[in-house]
Amino acid sequence: MKIDWAALGAVFGVSLVATVALVGLFTLGIAGLSKQETASANGGSAVLARTGAYACFALCAAAVAYGIYLIVT
Amino acid sequence: MEHITLLLAIVVVTALVFDFTNGFHDTANAMATTISTGAMKPKTAVAMSAVLNLVGAFLSVEVAKTISSGLVNEDGIRPEVIFAALVGAILWNLLTWLVGLPSSSSHALMGGLIGATIASVGLSGVNGGVVVTKVLIPAIAAPLVAGLAAMFAARLTYRLGKNADRKTTEKGYRAGQVASAGLVSLAHGTNDAQKTMGIITLALVTGGVLAPGSNPPMWVIVSAGVAIALGTYLGGWRIIRTMGKGLTDLQPQQGFAAQTSAASVILASSNIGFSLSTTHSCSGAVMGAGLGRKGGVVRWSTATRMFVAWGLTLPAAGLAAAAAEFVARQGGWGVGAVVVFLIGSCAAIWLISRRQVIDHTNVTDDEIAEPAGVVTAAMAAVTPPPAGTTLSDDLKATIPAPAGEAVPASAAPASASPAPAATV
Repeated sequence: MKIDWAALGAVFGVSLVATVALVGLFTLGIAGLSKQETASANGGSAVLARTGAYACFALCAAAVAYGIYLIVT
Repeated sequence: MEHITLLLAIVVVTALVFDFTNGFHDTANAMATTISTGAMKPKTAVAMSAVLNLVGAFLSVEVAKTISSGLVNEDGIRPEVIFAALVGAILWNLLTWLVGLPSSSSHALMGGLIGATIASVGLSGVNGGVVVTKVLIPAIAAPLVAGLAAMFAARLTYRLGKNADRKTTEKGYRAGQVASAGLVSLAHGTNDAQKTMGIITLALVTGGVLAPGSNPPMWVIVSAGVAIALGTYLGGWRIIRTMGKGLTDLQPQQGFAAQTSAASVILASSNIGFSLSTTHSCSGAVMGAGLGRKGGVVRWSTATRMFVAWGLTLPAAGLAAAAAEFVARQGGWGVGAVVVFLIGSCAAIWLISRRQVIDHTNVTDDEIAEPAGVVTAAMAAVTPPPAGTTLSDDLKATIPAPAGEAVPASAAPASASPAPAATV
């Protein structure tokens, strides 16, 4: 009986980092969008916030694409 | 596909039935949080999950050549053993669905294989060490890993997003949940439909229809994919309810954190090579997300029932499979008897489930107590009113155990009760 602790540890580490990073990015994206919407409602614009938000969402989309790639291969 | 004997045909059909139960048992993994947070309408959610399961079944051509992951010695395995294993797994899947508890379909299948193998060739056919490494350790590790990840993620998302506009956040988390639920569905289709294909192929090989080491024929791939998709579309609403509402109350933020954690854990574990059960990961993620919100609570009574069910999965499915194997090996009439018993049990479980229907219309309602209430209600309906209050307390105390235990215990004070005892 040999328990592959290293693999289990790796699964733990990768899952934790991936989950927290993705959820964090996504939340930043949402916060950015929200800021931009508030700004435009007040007649201004928040280009930086919007660009940042889209960048965050793009990274999340890339992660999803990588997930699909992992499933397919 | 010439010369398929009656026995082989029965094994193939049973495998597809298992695939079907696997589908509706595991809809909850992908869709429970999505449905309970209102990100998708229940019917839309299961439809999307079903389509992705079907797509997933065709995505990968890499076949699960060793269906049992080295758990049992597959050399001398006969179609009857596979049949008995499937019967045990199906029965356990249906029982846990009846009481609304998520439990791993793969573990039920492993338990069935172990039990049938022991009944067939004795203990020597089972690798005890593999049972620990492939079943016990993952069952403890999966909810911990997924739960911790979901908890930290939920905390983070609440902290980062506390100033964000409410409307934007709701729309955003909805999209995020749909995406991560889709990933889980897709992964489920590839993994679990493959498992059934592997079983059918193995049965065909042992029956001499296919050459050893062949890939599954197209009709096997198609039928396995369709069976799991149909099961998913039917939706195991009872389990969805437990996962989405019973374990904890989820807000969109938590649902998103839970889903993302489940998807990460499933993908990481299947690619790094320490396979964790989808069901265990998803349940763990939901509980972790529940703890990640300030003031969030996990209903530990429901969680405990779920853990007990996980512990019982292997022995219960194994015992049922061993009994099935013992009867089936008696020859043609034995197999026939097991088939009749299986159909009868499925019908009985379905009838009991009609006493309190949970479907897409009421799956997210707050009203219908905890899912264990199904059993409580079913028992209350057939049990004569107890003579004294102490008796009723005793009865209540037995309810937290899954049906396998609760039923015999309740049969004692009310020996006249007909229905539930007959199903076990």
